[in-house]
Amino acid sequence: MDYNWDFASVFVYWNVLAMGLWATFKLFIICSTLGLGGGLFMGMLRYSKTRWISYPAMLYVEVFRNTPVLVQIIWFFFALPVVTGIEVSPMMAAVLGITLNTIAFSAEVFRGGIQSIEREQWEAGKAIGMSYAQSMRRVILPQALKRMLPPLTSRGIEVFKMSTLASVVAYPETLQQAKLIASYEYNPIEAYTVVALMFFIVLLPLVQLTYMLERRFGKSDA
Amino acid sequence: MTNAVEIRGLRKSFSDLEVLKGIDLDVAEGEAVVLLGSSGSGKSTLLRCINFMEEPTAGQIRLNGDLIGTEQGGRMRYHEADLCKLRTRIGMVFQHFNLFPHMTVLENVMEGQTIVLGRSKAEAKDKAMTQLLRVGLEMKAEEYPARLSGGQKQRVAIARALAMDPEVMLFDEVTSALDPELVGEVLKTMLQLAEDGMTMVCVTHEIGFAYHVANKVCFLHDGLILEQGAPQFVLQTPETQRVRDFLAGHSLFKLPN
Repeated sequence: MDYNWDFASVFVYWNVLAMGLWATFKLFIICSTLGLGGGLFMGMLRYSKTRWISYPAMLYVEVFRNTPVLVQIIWFFFALPVVTGIEVSPMMAAVLGITLNTIAFSAEVFRGGIQSIEREQWEAGKAIGMSYAQSMRRVILPQALKRMLPPLTSRGIEVFKMSTLASVVAYPETLQQAKLIASYEYNPIEAYTVVALMFFIVLLPLVQLTYMLERRFGKSDA
Repeated sequence: MTNAVEIRGLRKSFSDLEVLKGIDLDVAEGEAVVLLGSSGSGKSTLLRCINFMEEPTAGQIRLNGDLIGTEQGGRMRYHEADLCKLRTRIGMVFQHFNLFPHMTVLENVMEGQTIVLGRSKAEAKDKAMTQLLRVGLEMKAEEYPARLSGGQKQRVAIARALAMDPEVMLFDEVTSALDPELVGEVLKTMLQLAEDGMTMVCVTHEIGFAYHVANKVCFLHDGLILEQGAPQFVLQTPETQRVRDFLAGHSLFKLPN
């Protein structure tokens, strides 16, 4: 097969791609911050011993964990205005879909992390007179967070890539910009290859950073 | 004189299963009491009721004269805050040490002092070092528990409990998870404590320890205290066949001539 690779026709639009990458970063920062932070909170609700707190949290987690993010974004964009009458921008729809999904995911990580700490640790705290809150804060959470770090950082990387789903509602992030270029220049293979390379170049050092974090925080444990 | 621990009519059930069926027990100040019995006899549950790791189903417990909980409609009611306060007055050491793995030895021994008792860092460190010296581990203060042997971990756990200045110490099979050659160092630490006049209640299978260290031995069977008294009596001239069988089963039991 001879195909004439023409990357030059992509690179002339470098500023379009740069704008896309910036938008991707915006989505990533907003969604991962709100998603991971909200997840810790949701995880606490999910872990609560009071049923009228833990059951709604469980329902939330299951709804968002078991439906595709892509469909959620489409739904927020097209259906939410119909249901509520509120205008939803492409950015808002993407943020809602990815963030709510990430909250559901990290809530489960959080709950699993706390449950993975041995009962004996709770007992040790209790035996020296600690309250539930003191044991949680001083004994359980520091150990649980350490165990939660790998799944949470890999979710962060996942969110970065997930941002491309926003292209479905034409939010001008990297993939959407490449789609535009491809539709002008009829060069989808080159355009999407460049998108893949851009993600790789950005994420590779980011992933190395998470490895470093994990090594650093995994130090004192047995 | 008031007893350090006074237990009356103690019962404990786990759903349908009644584990303790009415226990009366006095522990005088400075006394070392050893609870013996086969597994399932209720000895660990009894120990865990004393500092309310398990909440009794019925009965009363007094610590140096203070009744724990409040009586309400013929039942005892307990508030978690009161129980937390109570637990600061009672030290407990576990079979599996339960040290905090994310803290150094020193931090382990300081934690309860600063967080629960509100002592200053300097004071807590001072007390922690005193107790680490007492168990012979002052040179391990900056290590993490993962770097210690089982015997050393258990001695740190003892120091952690002692640093709270408890009125009573509870030991729950503290040598059962140790390699045989490490049992001695922990028993020696406990013997030292007993000689220093610490009030102690110990669940153990070390009958030699019971014989040499205990002021009183209680043999539990099926949720009741079957025999209690000085170790010479209970261990050498038991009244019941059940205790004789139990002692015969312990090959470790060697009588002094």
